[in-house]
Amino acid sequence: MAIQVLINVLLAALWMMLSETYTFGAFLFGYLFGILFVLVALPLLPGNHFYLRPVWKTIILAMIFMKELILANIDVIRIVLQKEISNKPAFFAYPTELKKDWEITLLSQLITLTPGTIVVAISDDQKTLYIHSIDFSDIDSEVSAIKDSFEKAIKEVSIR
Amino acid sequence: MIETILISISVIMMVIGAFFSLFAALGILRLPDVFSRAHASGKASTLGVMLILTGVLIYFIGKDGHFNVQLLLGIIFIFITGPLAGHLVSRSAYYMGVRPSERTVRDDLKDAK
Repeated sequence: MAIQVLINVLLAALWMMLSETYTFGAFLFGYLFGILFVLVALPLLPGNHFYLRPVWKTIILAMIFMKELILANIDVIRIVLQKEISNKPAFFAYPTELKKDWEITLLSQLITLTPGTIVVAISDDQKTLYIHSIDFSDIDSEVSAIKDSFEKAIKEVSIR
Repeated sequence: MIETILISISVIMMVIGAFFSLFAALGILRLPDVFSRAHASGKASTLGVMLILTGVLIYFIGKDGHFNVQLLLGIIFIFITGPLAGHLVSRSAYYMGVRPSERTVRDDLKDAK
């Protein structure tokens, strides 16, 4: 994966040397050509996917996150502005399938920043996140809400 | 024309951010226990400050054509550290034995300890 990026940068440098123009524009031009080359030579290179795929998936993840952030912040404001506060807080266990440390960190960061849920603890075997929910409905809908949006998108990002 | 549009966008963002911060402060006053308060303080205020900083960034782009990278770094820094603080406060509160409010309907963490 990282080798693909390195090859692309080297190809851009090669293009600058071939055309003897050492400017940012020439680098960009060479880089775009290099993308084509890397796409053609993909079966020979390490990594199963083209390296711009995770970049694209990261952009999609950021979009999902922005949407959830705004929608759920409005939710918390609705709770705070009630006449008589009658939320039902709860701690619930969320089983995660993510393995790597940075994936779990990213997931808990995203969960914490989406209002309605805060990660309180992570179990020692890193398979369960304990989440505090400010207004609990039922376990299945809470778990599936996270699983369908964030965990799926993070998995897509980390595919190599 | 573009200047007016950019400045209007920045003013709208700053006002929304200020309102988010206000509701976060209101939440700290009204919510029953430390965990619920961490929701208001850790997140609504993070979003509020991020919106205010983004508004300032856009304002200076519109007014002077000046892109302030330090503001961008500030936004990213707050984005990373804000939720982390909320997580650590609620985690240490739970392990210190702070009782959550009586309305709590479910506690999976108690069994796991």
